[in-house]
Amino acid sequence: MNDNKTEIVSASYITAETDHMAYQPGMDDIGSEIQDEVIARMNAYDANRYTAADVQRALQRDVLQPEDFAALLSPAAAPFLEQMARRAQAETRKHFGNSVQMFTPLYIANYCENYCVYCGFNCHNKIRRAKLDAKEIERELQAIAATGLQEILLLTGESRSMSPVSYIGETARCARKYFRVIGVEIYPLNVEEYAYLHACGVDYVTVFQETYDADKYKTLHLGGHKRIFPYRLNAQERALMGGMRGVGFAALLGLSDFRRDAFATGLHAHLIQRKYPHAEIAFSCPRLRPIINNDKVGPKDVHEPQLLQVVCAYRIFMPFASITISTRERADFRDNIIGIAATKISAGVDVGIGGHSGEEKGDEQFEISDERSVEEVYDAICRHGLQPVMADYLYV
Amino acid sequence: MADKLILGGHEFTSRFILGSGKYSLDLINAAVHHAGAQIITLALRRANEGGVANILDYIPSGVTLLPNTSGARNAEEAVRIARLSRECGCGDFVKIEIMRDSKYLLPDNQETIRATEILAKEGFIVMPYMYPDLNVARDLAGAGAACVMPLGAPIGTNKGLTTREFIQILIDEIDLPIIVDAGIGRPSQACEAMEMGAAAVMANTAIATAGDIPAMAAAFRQAIEAGRTAYLAGLGRVRETASASSPLTGFLHD
Repeated sequence: MNDNKTEIVSASYITAETDHMAYQPGMDDIGSEIQDEVIARMNAYDANRYTAADVQRALQRDVLQPEDFAALLSPAAAPFLEQMARRAQAETRKHFGNSVQMFTPLYIANYCENYCVYCGFNCHNKIRRAKLDAKEIERELQAIAATGLQEILLLTGESRSMSPVSYIGETARCARKYFRVIGVEIYPLNVEEYAYLHACGVDYVTVFQETYDADKYKTLHLGGHKRIFPYRLNAQERALMGGMRGVGFAALLGLSDFRRDAFATGLHAHLIQRKYPHAEIAFSCPRLRPIINNDKVGPKDVHEPQLLQVVCAYRIFMPFASITISTRERADFRDNIIGIAATKISAGVDVGIGGHSGEEKGDEQFEISDERSVEEVYDAICRHGLQPVMADYLYV
Repeated sequence: MADKLILGGHEFTSRFILGSGKYSLDLINAAVHHAGAQIITLALRRANEGGVANILDYIPSGVTLLPNTSGARNAEEAVRIARLSRECGCGDFVKIEIMRDSKYLLPDNQETIRATEILAKEGFIVMPYMYPDLNVARDLAGAGAACVMPLGAPIGTNKGLTTREFIQILIDEIDLPIIVDAGIGRPSQACEAMEMGAAAVMANTAIATAGDIPAMAAAFRQAIEAGRTAYLAGLGRVRETASASSPLTGFLHD
């Protein structure tokens, strides 16, 4: 790959003093019309302004507008959670039938140059760092493929120097030998770099914005490329410009006001879909989880009923979107939510480095709550009357 | 003479094309049996050859496979999927589905014409899913399609024949079988399409989301047969207005 033109310089000079809203040398600036609209509407969103009547009106609509979505995320919608779940379930069945897609994440490295105060991988946290070499990666891929899975999500910590784009591209080429569907959850890239990864076999890009509240974002991301808010927010659009088929969106619920963050996440996806109608849209719904060496990190006010409300609101607002439910959640919650709104579930998850085929050589990013194997999750899906799907995509 | 549906030289006595998506694989056999279906569609992207939960392993033998190109965003992708399907041993039938819109999954008529032309030349029996437009239907016929498959309503909505008037025009004007695809939510709507003169009906979501899948497949079978019989019998006329007691042409007899 010839990425000389778009070389992004080392992250170490970006500190808590760096302007988080200013693009840094080498970062593609594709304009900000979507970002501006998301931020403006999120700032205008007052969740307490909505009434029961607003919620009922939203639920009566066939196709929802952002204002209806806002109502479903409000406290006024809490008494309607059962109705929301029923509507969400009907939409899920209509668009996906009883299919539930299965996949697993593969962490290939956990080096990170960012300082995000809530994350176990952050560069100041003293954990075991590791990076798998090509042989180890292939061994991990083989071990995962042997479970029957056909979809894989490649993850790295956010270090351009330790996990360069070419390293991720080579991993994807190898993964193509064993898997039908390849997604990445890595640091944001430039358009050309996304095009390169697409050529290597990657089709889906997920970037967690963490929080859309730029002022809060600034206080949580104290160093590294991730501090640059607009470069992260516009990653999905750059990925689509680079030829990716689908993009995933998420706020890490609990970092800031979760209703506003969920509203911004949905609106962001909505605006991207309007601008790129062919794009496949996906949501993830992570909550904060405890991390190594910091027991203060937790989900705060986002308890299971609130999480369910958010997931149902995503589903009703964008009935065609894929929704992934994280292993951060306990098994019973996951099994129930795939019967309602989620369409994608991970299984056989190991969030450390190298744990699928041998001894883990790097520490995990966070604690997971659902440690079931692929087979166990497969059986649980069937027991709920749903159909596990290993592949629902052809790379053409 | 037996009433047969002819597609690309192949004869079928059933006029119910069943979908295989959106429900559990182990119900496919019962659904096919109760539907009396001789053609079943499947998304090639769902096939997982040699792997776990491979849909191809669940389709009963003797049923004609109609692989679709879902996931294709343009003619080139549809053509590649069709060729892959043939290589996988799924036969020469192909249902072209090209969508550039992930929200409503409406077909892209222009790209569908292009893909039809390419694939028909390669010997495929091309069954294009389309938005009911007479000019497009003529172009598809000209491009070598084996039938035309207009949508009744957006996929998965179960809203029925919302495009009724336009489908009727295709039935009246196009010499190929017109197969109503997508949107049919109830047996009564399938029956109505057949009464109108549709050659067949394709349904998936209506059956997949029913409480009892095999029973709903049977209900559709009966409705489609009833509609076909009614069409062949010639429907009785429906009067738009009551007979006037003082006819306008009465003066001719004064």
